[in-house]
Amino acid sequence: MEIVLAIAIMALGAVVLGASLGFASIKFKVEGDPLVDKIDAILPQTQCGQCGYPGCKPYAEAIAKGEEINKCPPGGAEGVQRLADLLGREVKPLDAEEKPKQIAIIDEQTCIGCTLCIQACPVDAIVGAAKQMHTIVAQLCTGCELCLPPCPVECIRMEPIAETIDNWKWKYPVVEIKPESAAASMKEAA
Amino acid sequence: MLMNLFKFKGGVKPPTNKTQSVGLPIAVAPIPSRLVVPLHQSIGGTPRPVVQVGDKVLKGQLIGEADGWISAAVHAPTSGTVIAVDMQVQPHPSGLDAMSVVIEPDGQDQWIDRQPFDYTNAAPEAVREYLQQSGVVGLGGAVFPTHGKLTPSKTVPMEELVINGAECEPFITCDDLLMRERAEEVVRGVGIFRDLLKPKKVLIGIEDNKPEAAEAMRAAVQAIGEDFEVVPVPTLYPAGGAKQLIRVLTGKEVPAAKRSTDLGVQCFNVATAYTAWRAIAHGEPVVSRLVTVTGNVHTPRNYEVLIGTPMDELLDLAQPNPDTDGIIMGGPMMGFLVPERSVPVVKATNCLIAHNERLFPPKAPEMPCIRCGSCARACPHELQPFEMYWFSRAKNFGKTQEYHIFDCIECGCCSFVCPSRIPLVQYFRFAKSEIWAREREKNAADGAKTRFEFKQFREEREKAEKAEKLAKAAAAQAAKKAAEAAAAAASENTGENAAPAGEPAAPASVAVDAEKAAKMATIQAAMERAKAQRAAAQPKNTETLSAAQQKDIDDIEARRQAALSSVPPAESGEKTE
Repeated sequence: MEIVLAIAIMALGAVVLGASLGFASIKFKVEGDPLVDKIDAILPQTQCGQCGYPGCKPYAEAIAKGEEINKCPPGGAEGVQRLADLLGREVKPLDAEEKPKQIAIIDEQTCIGCTLCIQACPVDAIVGAAKQMHTIVAQLCTGCELCLPPCPVECIRMEPIAETIDNWKWKYPVVEIKPESAAASMKEAA
Repeated sequence: MLMNLFKFKGGVKPPTNKTQSVGLPIAVAPIPSRLVVPLHQSIGGTPRPVVQVGDKVLKGQLIGEADGWISAAVHAPTSGTVIAVDMQVQPHPSGLDAMSVVIEPDGQDQWIDRQPFDYTNAAPEAVREYLQQSGVVGLGGAVFPTHGKLTPSKTVPMEELVINGAECEPFITCDDLLMRERAEEVVRGVGIFRDLLKPKKVLIGIEDNKPEAAEAMRAAVQAIGEDFEVVPVPTLYPAGGAKQLIRVLTGKEVPAAKRSTDLGVQCFNVATAYTAWRAIAHGEPVVSRLVTVTGNVHTPRNYEVLIGTPMDELLDLAQPNPDTDGIIMGGPMMGFLVPERSVPVVKATNCLIAHNERLFPPKAPEMPCIRCGSCARACPHELQPFEMYWFSRAKNFGKTQEYHIFDCIECGCCSFVCPSRIPLVQYFRFAKSEIWAREREKNAADGAKTRFEFKQFREEREKAEKAEKLAKAAAAQAAKKAAEAAAAAASENTGENAAPAGEPAAPASVAVDAEKAAKMATIQAAMERAKAQRAAAQPKNTETLSAAQQKDIDDIEARRQAALSSVPPAESGEKTE
């Protein structure tokens, strides 16, 4: 008799706990993958596709599924570092060369108004209409370079963002020891 | 008049070095050879230039229009010709350039038509706007547009108005001299601020190393009959920081991320009050300011200087010693070496110190932090500079914010006391500008993301709309076809069967026929039109010919006929072979 009672109590407990877990999984269901959103927040949102994915979100999804974290050149080495911190993976050198931040500039003399770049721009940063001159809204340009290949007259060029008083930054006060000089001093010591 | 004063934590007592430059009265600096007036001289939006190269301007004429509410207008400091509106090197630690108006003075120094502003009968909004148009900004160093600080809080009643004449930074004496010589106008300016803010009391805080200034101010307050209190405060750097002075005079501690107005206190510099009075009572916008020229010079003194005067020309007035190797703008604690000696004096320039190695010996190399805690004891904001230093150095900016790096006023007390001579403030400035840059990047990335998502959404929507349209057209086509088929079947039926069964179908076939006929007619009409157009497009230059031309053509035609008639035999001959 006792053993039956014990089994019954355990079974009852299992049912109650199972029901509450089931309820919680419905009630507190998380929409989407929170990890993907966290990764996406680190990615620079240039939507340039240099990682091989059509936009930052797809790359974030791929990283969450195990893709390498060093395929985002606009994010730079720092982006890789932050992704590595978030995901607990090893920091890898960037899979491409890191460029300074740039924006696209249309040579308005050469532009023929074909609208191809407008269609290519992922962030709607180009204004213009068919057979009308186009121009790029500098504040909105992410420097993704996607407008360069479609241009039939090659009137778009990339220019690094100039330093102004408004975006100037104080320099790091620590003088960094360069590897070459370190190597040289090592040689001298030897 | 005994007043209970409060204390702020920390602070340092660097050698004040103020006596050198108070011996001589204020001198008016001569008009320089050219004036470079930067447009962005205050916190907030960059004013838009409203003059062009070649324009003649008068002293006090508007040259930069305020951009937005937190922004102040910029005026021509003297009469002359605009010779450039372009990028010029700024008195800024970066050494970068910014939009400036370059004026070649004509030597007349001719004012615009100056009209006093009747502020007693004007609405407070009008007074604030007038001060904005006059370019009145905080001359204590932060250059925050003054009109932006003159709106009383709606919820908190205004308790105290604090007027800052502490001038705690070593070497600087421009506010001291201003109060000694122009106390009455300062007090009248304070009166304007009092009328706008309606505080319960007005406290003028002056460090006790300036007894002459305090005496002059007291006399002026009595002469005008105001009830302002002139309070000597203990000399302790940085007693002239707004939050520190408020603390000393009122005992109120302004919490982080709150404004002093939330506690019913507002603070203005004495020089700001003076310029506000000049603007209201004399119609003079801010085109000059007092600048202390001191340091490694022969005759240190205070000058009234036009905004835009090149610093080297101003320094030359005080005869710098030959070993001068740079100019510090501001004081030794918070100032910086200007990138070029020719950069202009701006509204924020309260002091120029001629730099040499005797006065400012080069700093000994930085040593490791020994965690002595001196910086934390010296910090007037009760921060922990050593913690912020480690995290700034490690570029762990999230942590620096946890230690409230944005409450740091960069007064330099921590660097001053550090036994390891660590340039702590430089680390904090670095961390702050990195955090700001990241913030900007983050905002840009968020904007790009929403724009990208919207573009995708729009493309999807357009695709869906197109598909819908196509589907509709296809459905219409199918319906038409079905109708035609039905009609055809019906007409066949009418053909085969005699009258009774065919009757209901007959109108349909008639309708279809009519439709067809109409279609045919339109096609016909279109073809006619095309033909007519073709005909119209025939060359028409042979219609109006002169007699001579007609004769030429006839001759040519005749020759061609002759040639044609002669050729065939030969041709036939060839063919036969």
